[in-house]
Amino acid sequence: MSVRNIGIVYRKELTEWLRDRRTLISTVLVPLLAFPILMVGMTSLMAVMMSKAEKEVPKVMVIHGENSPELVAALHASKDLEIVPYADDWKDQISNKEIRAAVEIPSGFDASLNGKSPLTVQIHYYQGEVKSEYGAGHVEDSLKSFRDEFVKKILEAKNLPDSLISPFRLERHNVAPPEKVSGAALGGLLGYMVILLSMTGAIYPAIDLTAGEKERGTMETILSSPLSRVDLVLGKFFLVLSASLATAILSIISMGASFYLVGHSSAMAKKDAAVFQLHIGVPTVLSVFLMALPLAVLFAAVLLTIALFAKSYKEAQSYLTPMTFIVVIPAVASLLPGFDLTPKLALIPILSTSLVCKEIVAGTFHWNYILLILLSSSVYAAAALFIAVKMFQRESVLFRS
Amino acid sequence: MIEARGLSKRFQDKKRGEIRAVENVSFTCQPGKIYGLLGANGAGKTTTLRLLATILEPTDGTAVICGHDVVEEPEKVRASVGFLSTATALYPRLTAQELVEYFGRLNGLDEPTLNKRVDDIFNRLDMNGFRDRRCDKLSTGMKQKTSIARTLVHDPPVMIFDEPTLGLDVMTARTITAFIRECRNNGKTVIFSTHVMSEVEKLCDTIGIIQSGKLLAEGPLDQLRQKYSENDLEEIFVKVVAPHSVAAEAH
Repeated sequence: MSVRNIGIVYRKELTEWLRDRRTLISTVLVPLLAFPILMVGMTSLMAVMMSKAEKEVPKVMVIHGENSPELVAALHASKDLEIVPYADDWKDQISNKEIRAAVEIPSGFDASLNGKSPLTVQIHYYQGEVKSEYGAGHVEDSLKSFRDEFVKKILEAKNLPDSLISPFRLERHNVAPPEKVSGAALGGLLGYMVILLSMTGAIYPAIDLTAGEKERGTMETILSSPLSRVDLVLGKFFLVLSASLATAILSIISMGASFYLVGHSSAMAKKDAAVFQLHIGVPTVLSVFLMALPLAVLFAAVLLTIALFAKSYKEAQSYLTPMTFIVVIPAVASLLPGFDLTPKLALIPILSTSLVCKEIVAGTFHWNYILLILLSSSVYAAAALFIAVKMFQRESVLFRS
Repeated sequence: MIEARGLSKRFQDKKRGEIRAVENVSFTCQPGKIYGLLGANGAGKTTTLRLLATILEPTDGTAVICGHDVVEEPEKVRASVGFLSTATALYPRLTAQELVEYFGRLNGLDEPTLNKRVDDIFNRLDMNGFRDRRCDKLSTGMKQKTSIARTLVHDPPVMIFDEPTLGLDVMTARTITAFIRECRNNGKTVIFSTHVMSEVEKLCDTIGIIQSGKLLAEGPLDQLRQKYSENDLEEIFVKVVAPHSVAAEAH
């Protein structure tokens, strides 16, 4: 093994890689632009749509209000509702978004208010349709204020205080530190993204440096040089690893910037924006990268080996695309609530790293697990690299036709 | 000098079973001489040359090139050899100069020596007009010159050419044949494979006729003419190969 030769191969591969337009798109441009465009664009669009829905005065229909003039009058009086005349096809009108909701008042409602057993007023709406949900909310608010007014009048008549309507108040207070709150919510995504991106970032260079080289006919050229095959595979491996880490780092920077932009965007309501204000410090991000490093080594070595086996670029792509699912499934599983680390899980690659990253982001450091995971994933990575080196020495793989 | 001693190469094929690509081939190529390996497609020429260039490892036998054994010291053998074939393509995203420098560095040249050698070769092959052009933007002739420069950068004493003119136009092919002659004149040991009779007649000092992985006849052209009582090389080739072709087909 010669460090000089590994360096020569690495520099040459880097030069070629940086000159490839497809590389710039897949490794630099897409990760840098995808997050800001997706997040800023989507959240701004959502914020605009929500505020529009909130400001709209919904058209509401009253069903069977004939015997309840008091309630109907109260609904008509509400500034937040536009009461439209009754029509038999009210269900269709809600589905077709012509009206937002319908209030069904049971017969004899007004009369039932004075002592009889309480009747139910039904609000019909279009579940999942934002404007209809807001409309139903406005109707509910109007009905609640009608009910409160009614109780208030009775209390006044009996000389009792208003406070009897709500004799005590309720308030929730969060005591978990902010990093744990964000860790439990969106922060869990950090580990997942680093793992997934270090995998996807390695796919294209792994193919280009092996099957791509076979297809272009340069494999025989390089094999005729005095370079040893160990140096050749290590030079290529370090380039694939660099590409994988570069993709992950650029994506995390871009993700962080997107969260910052959205969290501080004026388009977002304060309570919604708070969700995006992550409290993840640089040491946490570095810890996640440290945990993901053996995994990136594992990905680079495995992808290089599989892609080397392929005869052409296309064949390599068809082998490597399903690999994404192998990585996505355990990584997604780790995001499930209540799925926590155990000594056995700590030995499963990808899943263990994803779980420990989730804990690190939430501010918990289980050192025994961290060491066990670093050790086990390093062993897997070393084994994969060893296999990659061995594969580069097999004629049946290099000259497979 | 190249000395092949009982070189054999067998491959395993799922459908066809064991394939004997090269079987017990022995020959010697001397410095300042051109050895031509003549054979039909699939005769075993490329495999033999790949064994000499240590791109493949022999199943049996060995070869010694400039004192280094192809099995024991493959990296030292490759450092003594310049290997050129139509399958040795260029890196498309490197410039002609970067490509030649890359192979110079891999051959262990230090930067001052490398710079001097690259300048010499680029001047000699008249390549200065495209030294900074990427290989994927070069014409076929320019690509061939760059390939030649790649094989020459470490000034190897042995040159191996595997069907170097295959698919090239006349003018580019002439550049290659002129280069092969120049290698001989500079005292290098040259071996090249082809199925073009005229190239062998024009260039070779010694001819080896190969068929089904076996070296069937060997010697200078005059000697082969006398032995087979034929003047035309094509007739000699048919006389040597035909009985074995029939046997191979029957097998």
